[in-house]
Amino acid sequence: MDNTTRYERLRERLQNGDLDRRKFLGLIGAAGAAYGLQTPFAKYANAQTVSQVRFDGWGGIVSEAFRKYAFDPYTAKTGVTVVDGTFPGGDEYLAQVRASQPGEYNIAHLSGVFDYARYHSFDLTSALNLDNIPNMSLVMPALTNAFAAVTPDSLSAVPYDYGSTGLAYNRKYISDEEMKEKGAKILIDAAHKGKIGGWSDWRTRVWYGALQTDQDPNHITDIEAVWDAVRQHRDLALKYWASGAELMSLLAEEEIHVTEGWSGRIYALQEQGHDIGYYDPPKGFGWQECLFVIKGSPMEACEELLNFMLDPATSIAVAEGQNYPPALDPTKVDLGAKIPTLPAFDPTGTLSGLTFADPGYWNGNEADWSETFSRVQRGY
Amino acid sequence: MTIESREKRQPWILLSPALTAVTLLLIVPLLFIVVYSFWLRSAAGADTPGFYVDNWQKVLTDRFYRDILLNTLKIAAITTAVCAVMGYPAAYFIARSRGNKLILLVLLMLPFWISYIIRTMSWINILGISGALNSALLALGIISEPIQMLYNEVTVILGLVHFLLPFMVLNIYVSLEGIDTNLEDAANSLGATRWQSFIQVTLPLSLPGLAAGGLLCFVLGAGTYITPVILGGPRDAMFANLVFEAIIRQLNWPLGSALSLALLAVLGALVLIYNRYLGMAQLAKGLG
Repeated sequence: MDNTTRYERLRERLQNGDLDRRKFLGLIGAAGAAYGLQTPFAKYANAQTVSQVRFDGWGGIVSEAFRKYAFDPYTAKTGVTVVDGTFPGGDEYLAQVRASQPGEYNIAHLSGVFDYARYHSFDLTSALNLDNIPNMSLVMPALTNAFAAVTPDSLSAVPYDYGSTGLAYNRKYISDEEMKEKGAKILIDAAHKGKIGGWSDWRTRVWYGALQTDQDPNHITDIEAVWDAVRQHRDLALKYWASGAELMSLLAEEEIHVTEGWSGRIYALQEQGHDIGYYDPPKGFGWQECLFVIKGSPMEACEELLNFMLDPATSIAVAEGQNYPPALDPTKVDLGAKIPTLPAFDPTGTLSGLTFADPGYWNGNEADWSETFSRVQRGY
Repeated sequence: MTIESREKRQPWILLSPALTAVTLLLIVPLLFIVVYSFWLRSAAGADTPGFYVDNWQKVLTDRFYRDILLNTLKIAAITTAVCAVMGYPAAYFIARSRGNKLILLVLLMLPFWISYIIRTMSWINILGISGALNSALLALGIISEPIQMLYNEVTVILGLVHFLLPFMVLNIYVSLEGIDTNLEDAANSLGATRWQSFIQVTLPLSLPGLAAGGLLCFVLGAGTYITPVILGGPRDAMFANLVFEAIIRQLNWPLGSALSLALLAVLGALVLIYNRYLGMAQLAKGLG
């Protein structure tokens, strides 16, 4: 019997007069105290029947798509409830997971191989039994190999989708020609002062700083030049946005005319009728997202959910809902009509057209660059 | 057990739930933070336990942290001053009103029923390019193009004033309510004008409330981080934003712990100074 049923039965007894209010409150209090005391030891009881799995993702249209096309049908089929939480950024979420008890968080929609590597460095990886996830055979090998390079003996995640952080611009004020001509440097173009935005994420700022100074983002030779570009952008920008919802609002309300943005969110704006262009500059920021199973989670229930989510019908429906191409190999699976029109879609299944962050390089510089960005952002 | 010893134990028995909660939920976590502040962040992976003064050295000697702290105190001081100037007349009006005092107090409390984040975000709909104010000014022909009003230090202060003004009004109101109005009448009967009686009688007697409201506004204002994130520009930040960034964005919990303790020390010192000269009783009245 789950806790909800127990509570409902108690409440029914109270309402029927079988239980007085004092006893009812006493039992509820005792249950709360018992739960609080047993929580640290709950990890030793993972063998019990799993009735729910926690999933954390990016919120907004992404979470809506997951809920509608994956979680609800999964619950209807298996009886296992998916509790979905959201986070505004991977750093915030990792901080929460680090502060949690094992098993408290189960599956996360993580972005980038660098995130996978970070979780591994914090000893948060699990070992998936791929025999329980037969739909993994439909996934692009290019995506799986990136994770296998970090954890060669086993995988802790399945690739799920990919996208890019390209340039989003309001066509009312910036033409396609101007965007193609200026590329990433449009974000440090004084002609658009006060109408420029940017994500408050140090990786994105450094990546675009590298592009603006004609450097390879995975092999920056002059970091001071990058910081100067970040400073230029800071002085011209109106606002650093902190979430996908804020990005969409700033563009839709015309507070800003140009920013870098997440491909799926920009596609959503276009679908809403806003005349927003999207351009991936050469060496634009590509990323792949995965469904990461955190150490201490109920593995079989998680594997079942992952397999369900990788099923072509589910995966395509989610991809169409969240506007990011799925990890399914387009040479093996017919992805329908909409997905090939999504930004960053690669029909070859090799993803050779996208540049991904080198996890070793970026994680190796994280401590230094994230702190320096905090200073640069404040005028230093 | 004698009655005397029972009476001695009784307050401690009554206090024990609160003391347990304060110990477990405040003092113990605070001790963890103190311990953490002496650890070191590793380049990747788990932090290095030990006794290292590096974080404290950085916090106490780095100009960056000092400048942001001073800027935070400046913003908190401006916010407090604006709240005092705006809050005093409102509190005076409520305290001296006759029939509708309850309605006015309910109106004052209404904003607390809405999330602070939602209240802060509402300014985007008011001051944004396509917000209510720009739309009205455009419709009236006063401006030909929308004015960029958001995302600067002024809007950060505006958001903080919006958040903190009720705290100031309530504290001053409580203080004014405790003043015997016969004193003003006596001053008037002795030849003082209404303005003179206010300046020489009412204002000095209400200063403890003003100070209590000021302390609350200052401490809450200096500790906020949401308002600059929502209403500030790229450069705008307060000290709490650095704590957030160190702990959440940079995953540097040891440095974040040292930063948060530094902020706690500065604000704690302010509270101690207040307590030394004015006492905490007035603050408790206002909060009650």
